Amino acid sequence: MLVGVFVILLFQLVGEAVQQYFQLAVPGPVIGLVLLLALLLVARPSTSAALSSLRANVISTAEGLLAHLSLLFVPIGVGVIMHLQLLETHLFSVVGIVLVGTISTILFTAVLFARLVKRDGNE
Amino acid sequence: MNSAARLYEVWVYLQAEPLFWLTLTVGSYLAADWLYRAANLFPLLNPVAVSIIIVGTCLIAFEIEYERYFNGAKFIHFLLGPATVALAIPIYLNWKIVLSERRAILGVVLAGSAFAMGVTYLLAVLLGLDQTTTMSLLPRSVTAPIAMGVSELIGGVPSLTAIITIMTGIVGAALGTFALDLIRIKNMAARGFGFGLASHGIGTARAMNKNKTAGVFAAVAMGLSGIVTSLIVQIVFRILA
Repeated sequence: MLVGVFVILLFQLVGEAVQQYFQLAVPGPVIGLVLLLALLLVARPSTSAALSSLRANVISTAEGLLAHLSLLFVPIGVGVIMHLQLLETHLFSVVGIVLVGTISTILFTAVLFARLVKRDGNE
Repeated sequence: MNSAARLYEVWVYLQAEPLFWLTLTVGSYLAADWLYRAANLFPLLNPVAVSIIIVGTCLIAFEIEYERYFNGAKFIHFLLGPATVALAIPIYLNWKIVLSERRAILGVVLAGSAFAMGVTYLLAVLLGLDQTTTMSLLPRSVTAPIAMGVSELIGGVPSLTAIITIMTGIVGAALGTFALDLIRIKNMAARGFGFGLASHGIGTARAMNKNKTAGVFAAVAMGLSGIVTSLIVQIVFRILA
């Protein structure tokens, strides 16, 4: 378990370093995600027992972390109600944009995706 | 000193320490998660929203500043970074499915990210919002750290963007299911993709709760749309500048 924690922290650390060095607009953790995925795909099923147990460790740690992903948004989320005054007079416009914009984006994306998958399937 | 005064002293001591706020955050989330599951994952009882209401009510009732609360809760907040890295795992474990849909994935990430920003910009102009608020709104669909970075780059206010981004996540997670049911989209990959692209981590958490395939595609959509959105903005910004 601790090895899994170490690997995930290490990839975030490398991601942050890459982000800082190249001054990228993509945050460090996302770069860490891409690097970890790339490594897992390149170092595909190995015969080495040590590597397999390392992989299993990373997988179980990641799944534990993601099981309660929602919890991790609570601290910053509480800031939403505590800082609503930042929106000043725009509160209703912003809430309206968030409602209409988010629902239309979900629908647009899901409909387009469903269509493209269906078309690919027919080829 | 009487016992009431002593209790007050204990409270003064505890509320200055992170432990109390950590316990409150985890406890509120457990209660919210229990309620969500008891109600059969009813989307309006989104656990993030319910936890925020419980904690927020406590803070307002006891007149605690947000900064003091966050000083304790930041240990949980920190885990958002490692959790983002951890999203590599569901994608890796389902790589074959992801690869088989690569054309749809790339096409929809580009079109969807552009749509999300386009519709936001259009609505902001229609409602006559000022430039700063409009720029703070633009990157609201992507995960909070990317959204805040993009906002800063284009002249928005990052803390305002953080608020709007969390609102977007909750709205998508709470209402997306109803909207998708209404137009009868049954494809789980497509539904998940919509959640991840339009409402980042909070939408992804919802998709993961409901369905494994939906969760994988939500994670892919969230990661890619974050990258694509920041690239689109950088390119447009460099052309205009």
